[in-house]
Amino acid sequence: MAAIDYPLQRPKAEPGEFSFSETLYKWVATVDHKRLGLMYVASALIFLIVAGIMATVMRVQLMFPNGHVVGPDTFNRLFTMHGTSMVFLVGMPMVAGFANYLVPLMIGARDMAFPRLNSFGFWIFLLGGLLLYYSYLGGGGLSGDGSAPDVGWFAYAPLTERGFSRGHSSDYWALGVLVSGFGSIASAINVIATTFCMRCPGMTLKRMPMFVWVMLIDSWLIVVALPPLSAAQVMLLLDRYLGANFFNTQNGGSAVLWQHYFWIFGHPEVYILIFPAFAILSEVIPIFSRKPLFGRPAMVAAVVAIGFISLGVWAHHMFAVGMTSWSNTFFAASSMLVGIPTGIKIFNWTATMYGGRLRFTTALLFCCGFLFQFLLAGLTGIMLAVAPFDWQLHDSYFVVAHFHFTLVGGLVFGLFAGMYYWFPKAIGKMLDETLGKWHFWLFCIGFNLTFIPLHFAGMLGMPRRIYTYAPGRGWELWNFVATIGVFFQIAGILFFIYNVLRSTLRGQPATDDPWDGWTLEWATSSPPPEYNFEKLPVVRSSRPLWDLKHPQDPDWKWE
Amino acid sequence: MAHGHLVAEDALTMERQWKLPDRGTVGIVFLIVTESVLFSMFVIAYLIYLNKSLVGPYPKDVLELPILASICLLSSSGAIVFAEHALKHNRLGSFKLWWAVTILLGAYFLWATAVEWRKLIFEDHLTIATNLFGTTFYSLVGLHASHVIVGLIFLTIVFVLTLLGFPIQTQLRRVLFLSWYWHFVDAVWVIVFTVVYIIGLPR
Ligand SMILES: [Cu+2]
Repeated sequence: MAAIDYPLQRPKAEPGEFSFSETLYKWVATVDHKRLGLMYVASALIFLIVAGIMATVMRVQLMFPNGHVVGPDTFNRLFTMHGTSMVFLVGMPMVAGFANYLVPLMIGARDMAFPRLNSFGFWIFLLGGLLLYYSYLGGGGLSGDGSAPDVGWFAYAPLTERGFSRGHSSDYWALGVLVSGFGSIASAINVIATTFCMRCPGMTLKRMPMFVWVMLIDSWLIVVALPPLSAAQVMLLLDRYLGANFFNTQNGGSAVLWQHYFWIFGHPEVYILIFPAFAILSEVIPIFSRKPLFGRPAMVAAVVAIGFISLGVWAHHMFAVGMTSWSNTFFAASSMLVGIPTGIKIFNWTATMYGGRLRFTTALLFCCGFLFQFLLAGLTGIMLAVAPFDWQLHDSYFVVAHFHFTLVGGLVFGLFAGMYYWFPKAIGKMLDETLGKWHFWLFCIGFNLTFIPLHFAGMLGMPRRIYTYAPGRGWELWNFVATIGVFFQIAGILFFIYNVLRSTLRGQPATDDPWDGWTLEWATSSPPPEYNFEKLPVVRSSRPLWDLKHPQDPDWKWE
Repeated sequence: MAHGHLVAEDALTMERQWKLPDRGTVGIVFLIVTESVLFSMFVIAYLIYLNKSLVGPYPKDVLELPILASICLLSSSGAIVFAEHALKHNRLGSFKLWWAVTILLGAYFLWATAVEWRKLIFEDHLTIATNLFGTTFYSLVGLHASHVIVGLIFLTIVFVLTLLGFPIQTQLRRVLFLSWYWHFVDAVWVIVFTVVYIIGLPR
């Protein structure tokens, strides 16, 4: 039995006392995928708090008509920095962080394919983030014009051209995001090479955990969808610094070209951001339903389909720009098409829970929240894919509500599920379940209180990005309730922060396999040693730990 | 127990026969994929802005076909194949020769681009700011030229290391990946040439 008794020889991380500078050096100079993954997630959480505070200020400003907490200029900077941070400095590093930490463990590898490239990716991402925030200090430039970027997260030309955006604010936006994009591409290539080349013996693509499959397709999307944004940003910088004319409408350039390039990136980007949640749900739901994932081949097919169809739907963000009817029809149809694989996924997660022995841990609660909210987000998405409907509600709060339902109701709920699920593995301590439930319910109630009313405000004609509004348009109630919801969300987040700090310091120690898991990360110690596995595992089915725990009824007999 | 024994046997064979693609290969292939998308964006911009310049000079007034430079760059792809072949068979002298030829051909291409740009800027007064042709021409050709520069830097590093006596035959894989990158840069030139000097130059 020598070759398959791998989990029985669980290596233990050796305890050691290190001084502060030694610890700092260990973290800064590390090429270990687990440390880099944790650093990605930690910096994403810090940016999440910063960008969340910005959102709070905006919601307080809009709580009552004629609000004057901040002026219009500050408000423009707030929504730009909020959006840019949430997408590029929270969503993207969460993708990289979760993939980095989990992919090598799940495929039974000792590290990523290119550990040093991995560390480069993290630090260049962080540099990009700091560059963006440095704009608050340096954005004025020598003439003192401008501060942080104020052009919106999609930075439409010609607003970003020299003539309309003086100072350096748009330069910091373009450079910061460009540089952090290099980090994302580096980490995506790394994940692809890792999944193809580092799998342990027996881990065929067919047996690969669903999480790894989703992150593989996610990385594919990053590799093909980020360069259009990088290209557009290089063009913008050429316009701004060398006087090129790409988006200079006065010299024949086209502002619509920016929109196309931005959204060729921008639509796949929303799938890039939501995929980690898909990946997490596909692991967490089966474990807490005690059933294998329903329709696994269909799930793989759906995620691959999304990986291609989502590349051809971008212009549904541009229905109001005045494209030809043919383009409008094509992009409306393709946008609805991408709803089909997404529907398959929701159906399969629900079917996995159906008839299962459910354990409503905090992680599963967040998954349930995801299922409800992401379904609603999908339905409003289908509505917005209908071009005439979009003409009516384009750039209104209905759109804001729609994409916050996908990215907060979907992605953030998925990420929290993942954090509650893998925290014991990464830190070696259990997160407190009671505090976790407080976190879930406060956050869930707050989220819905905030974003359901915004659909109605949008349908009543409230445009996005206005810094205030006059009374008497029927928007007061919706805005008031939305801001009340924010305080519930903040309370939920405070419970989360408290829970993380308390559990890290003196939480209940986690066993190696607290949830009775089936994938390989639970076969090593919590937290895993630097080399992950003392002996590389050998795998015979898609649930290697099930096989080990049930030698009389292993999966490989049926697969 | 007999059954368990069978499993262990299977696992051992599986471990022994387990073969996966080389990580360097996969890495370089996806680097080329992402670079291709980057180049396509600049190619598309060139095509979209073709004949859209509001003021001259226009392509037909100023562009001359860089025939010799193109021949040099494309034949450098052949030279690097010979170099690689020589290295594989441990013929270091021949490797150094063909590697030097590759570098010289690439450098000549770069020099020809510099001469072309000098003429365009100082004689024809076409800069990146003049019109859409200038904007798209300099950015597309410049993006390609910057890739040639990166390639030449790496080629030169390998060459200098070899001259200093570094056992380059131990780095066969890395040399191979560098040559793939170089082939990619050459292939991109075929597209740039077609777009800029054939489609973009109606006769
Ligand atoms: Cu979209």
